[in-house]
Amino acid sequence: MIRSAPTSISAGSTQASAQARLVPALFAIAFGLFLFIGTGFAAPSLIHNATHDTRHSLGLPCH
Amino acid sequence: MFKTIIISAFGAGLVVAAALSAVQAFTTEPLIFHAETFESAEPATAEAVPHEHATSEPHAHDATPAAATDAAAHEHDSDEWGPADGFERSAYTFLANLLMGVGVSAVLLGLMSVRGGAINARTGVLWGVAGFFAAALLPSLGLTPELPGTPAGALEARQVWWLGTAAASAIGIALIVFSQSWLLKAAGLVIGVMPHVIGAPVPPSLEAAYPAVLAAEFATASLVVSALLWAGSGVAAGWLYQRLSRTA
Repeated sequence: MIRSAPTSISAGSTQASAQARLVPALFAIAFGLFLFIGTGFAAPSLIHNATHDTRHSLGLPCH
Repeated sequence: MFKTIIISAFGAGLVVAAALSAVQAFTTEPLIFHAETFESAEPATAEAVPHEHATSEPHAHDATPAAATDAAAHEHDSDEWGPADGFERSAYTFLANLLMGVGVSAVLLGLMSVRGGAINARTGVLWGVAGFFAAALLPSLGLTPELPGTPAGALEARQVWWLGTAAASAIGIALIVFSQSWLLKAAGLVIGVMPHVIGAPVPPSLEAAYPAVLAAEFATASLVVSALLWAGSGVAAGWLYQRLSRTA
């Protein structure tokens, strides 16, 4: 959810190691957002009914 | 590294889901069940009131048999599948908590990796608290955590506002915390405040069938649960990631 500014890559690391770190990190963020949005926001009523109490208890818009 | 993040996220998610389910069982769940007794149907409200007076603890599980025996009546579409009250419903809630915990942990670890620097329980909790501000506390200012049966604007509009607010808050916090220039910090503040200037979708009415105090109790309980999700995920995922990357 937080999108870090590109300046956040520490100056000490080389271009290659920064890239090697960035790609899996971005995949992890995408995976996490997919789970968060799939569980908390997906519209199908089956998903809504199964996740109903979790959505309410985390203050997410539900109905 | 991706593997370490994912394993850490699943481990942390499991711990957090167990903690969330335990806390929810005594905080948000009884309030949700209680609110549903007012939502299920008009006759149910008449039944629910004496129940409340009969027990010394209004939120005790015993206060909800009116709703439980009503089968799936509390779900708006009674012909749609929904978990049956009791173990099945709690099991699905645990599963949803697990997915949330894994998701939040993966996002936090991914962001910490992008940022660089140490990843451990100490830095994890800081990122987790920032995540709580961005994806729970600040959105709750416009869209108060709502009980079933709360009048509210169109669902899609609220979901869009919620996600937009969480994203804007996250960008705002990141700029304020990480940026060196005061101009960018000020821009972060403006971005963070913007969703609240635009305003959340307004509910069509302020009347709800359940007592007002129930909503107040639920709002605070919900924020505590969210804080636990985000801070807990940060601590557990940071700790696990540090351990796993040391041994790997």
